Amino acid sequence: MTACEPVVRIQAEDFDLADEVSRLTAGRTDIGAVVTFSGLCRDESGRLAALELEHYPGMAQAEITRIAIEASERWPLQGLAAIHRYGKISPGENIVLVVAASTHRQAAFEAASFVMDFLKSKAPFWKKEHRADGSEGGWVDAKDTDEDALARWKR
Amino acid sequence: MRLIYFAWVRERIGKPQEDVELPGDVETVADLLRWLRSRGEEYENALQYPDVIRVAIDQEHVDHRQKLGAAREIALFPPMTGG
Repeated sequence: MTACEPVVRIQAEDFDLADEVSRLTAGRTDIGAVVTFSGLCRDESGRLAALELEHYPGMAQAEITRIAIEASERWPLQGLAAIHRYGKISPGENIVLVVAASTHRQAAFEAASFVMDFLKSKAPFWKKEHRADGSEGGWVDAKDTDEDALARWKR
Repeated sequence: MRLIYFAWVRERIGKPQEDVELPGDVETVADLLRWLRSRGEEYENALQYPDVIRVAIDQEHVDHRQKLGAAREIALFPPMTGG
């Protein structure tokens, strides 16, 4: 099996889910399953006006590429894409997208989940809150559950 | 050697990056964090809980026992909250 070459993009601008799926599947007849995960900015019950996503430019690309390559070596994928936005993002907007394409669903589900779990704890991005009431927002704390999620992929 | 800071580490130290000459006895990431804390109140404020600080050498994650070696770029930042 030759591993697919993952597509990784770090960008300020929004992305379109349908376009990204089409990009992986266009002209192919061997793909039987596509799993997409998209993460959106939520307003925390009206408390948040926006999130500011800071990132470490070169490393964000490098680290997500490392994670995506590992996924492509571990599961039989025909395509894998990971896109992460940075900058100011309003509630309802997209933050992150993972698309995994495979012959069967199990590999696609697992690979997408694997990429997201590692991306949460290892990709160099940090969220700062902009509050709706105009008060100074803080940095979002990392969750222990995100680190713990990595344990299930150990082998 | 270039040091780069992100998120609240950057805010507390008060600059996004700086070039430093390290003393000869600073060999590991842990040594570097200890040495930086001695450089002033803003560094102490940013690095007072060194266990929390994540470190990357030349854009790859390392743990605090890692030797600095010929590192060109060392980044210090809080636990990541992407996704």
